[in-house]
Amino acid sequence: MALTIEQMRHVAKLARLELSDEKLAQFMGHINALMAHFERLQSLPTESVEPTSHSIPVYNAFREDVPGTPLPREEALANAPQARDGLFIVPRIVED
Amino acid sequence: MRYIPSIGMEVHAQLLTESKMFCACPTRFGDAPNTNVCPICLGLPGTLPVPNKKAIEHVIRTALALNCRIAPVALFYRKNYFYPDLPKGYQISQYGEVHPIGTHGYLEMVVNGERKRVRIKRVHLEEDTGKLFHYLPGESEVDYNRAGVPLMEIVTDFPPDLHSPEEAKEYLLQLRAILTYLGVCDGKMEEGSLRCEPNISVAPEGAPSLGVKTELKNLNSFRSVVRGIEFEVNRQIALLERGEPVVQETRGWNEESGYSFPMRTKEYEQDYRYFPEPDIVPIQITEEWLNALRATIPELPLAKWERYQREYQLSAYDASVLTADYETAMFFEGCVAHGCEPKAACNWITVELAGRLNEDNKRISDTPLTPAHLADLLTLIKNGTISGRIAKELFDEVYQTGRMPSEIVRERGLTQISDEQVLRAVVKQVVNENHDAVQKYRSGKTGVLGFLVGQVMKATQGRANPQRVQELLREELERI
Repeated sequence: MALTIEQMRHVAKLARLELSDEKLAQFMGHINALMAHFERLQSLPTESVEPTSHSIPVYNAFREDVPGTPLPREEALANAPQARDGLFIVPRIVED
Repeated sequence: MRYIPSIGMEVHAQLLTESKMFCACPTRFGDAPNTNVCPICLGLPGTLPVPNKKAIEHVIRTALALNCRIAPVALFYRKNYFYPDLPKGYQISQYGEVHPIGTHGYLEMVVNGERKRVRIKRVHLEEDTGKLFHYLPGESEVDYNRAGVPLMEIVTDFPPDLHSPEEAKEYLLQLRAILTYLGVCDGKMEEGSLRCEPNISVAPEGAPSLGVKTELKNLNSFRSVVRGIEFEVNRQIALLERGEPVVQETRGWNEESGYSFPMRTKEYEQDYRYFPEPDIVPIQITEEWLNALRATIPELPLAKWERYQREYQLSAYDASVLTADYETAMFFEGCVAHGCEPKAACNWITVELAGRLNEDNKRISDTPLTPAHLADLLTLIKNGTISGRIAKELFDEVYQTGRMPSEIVRERGLTQISDEQVLRAVVKQVVNENHDAVQKYRSGKTGVLGFLVGQVMKATQGRANPQRVQELLREELERI
């Protein structure tokens, strides 16, 4: 299964990457090479294999419900490209 | 033609915890913007989320109460999207058929006297998002205090079991009652700690498939949920009647105008590219843990509702008012344990107490009132120590001060006057002073008796035993 240029555009948009057609074609080559590897993996019988999204045998690492001290607001906002009245400012995300 | 609505319910409940889902920031509502944030909930690089055990237990208990299958191993997933309400670029949530904490459950309720089961598809845990504002043109403002607050999602199964606005309302009422009984959510729709997004379709009766559905948002109260669903059902039926198609879309409810309107939705909404959250190890839910949690589940609202009718001979209505809220039910049970006659306790709780609480916008626990107070008051009424009128005044004072009614009665001599000699003297005086009323009575207008009783009550500052007064008045009037 190889990605089409349309699918590449969609994936790039999801990742908010603005790529020229040239770059898109170049990355498509890379990704499709990877896809070929996955295709080989997919041919293996894995019905009896446990998923290894978590491969270490550790379960239930929790914290107790005890509130701690939050970050001072100036620090929280220190890296914000824009802030005002204690709020982060971002480009408008709804249409008027 | 008759149309059958089908309603699916997606409910989000903010969990009652002190700290957030994956960090220790406080969950307090109403603090100054961005004062309850830290590197974890701000999504700063190099941070690691650690789940709040209490939030997980809240969800497991809810899933148990909703008769779910509990995942032996539950997983968190990343739901990827770029939107500034979460700074990480993804929401930690749950996903799939087997990994949410609870699946394949059901809620039982009674509608129009009939028991009904509503299947639950899943009960899962995720994090709430930050709050966006749009104060100035060209920009949006973000407050991340709510980002990372534990949020439980409860979704009904498909195809929907709910087929009318009334059923949807009862489902939400019953669900809210269960959540408050479990103490996992405060159930306040107006504050947004309980949110409901129904999806609604209608189809001609007997149609082989469901109609096109719309999703409804901005329902900020129970009233809005019912009105919104009613409106949407009627709107869709009107469209179909005119031969126009229903458009699949998300619509927002406007409570003032009483209309729903199409909403713009996020781009690529379906493209969340879920994958298992690598930063959080799996949650293993053992039988032992389940049993311990099962033991913490109280008698649930429906069981209580049935028991109150059976055991205390209360009406279905009385029982539903008492059991709608855990605190009220426990207060009532406390009164009964203190020896109150159930129906009398029920009346005082659902009329006097509920009236005061409603007026003051308070909960019982915000007042100094305890079941012992009400039991004391009811005893004073029952043994004839005080009149009903004095009791109401006393109740008001007890509600505000938390003093024992019998103590106040003793201190102020509010004891009811039943002594015949004392009462007869007052009755005679009232008869002498109200010639007109007496004449009317004698000419057959016996309705003035109430007025005369009132005069006696007034003269005794409400302490006279009204029944005795009536008897004595009749005697005096006949004698003249």
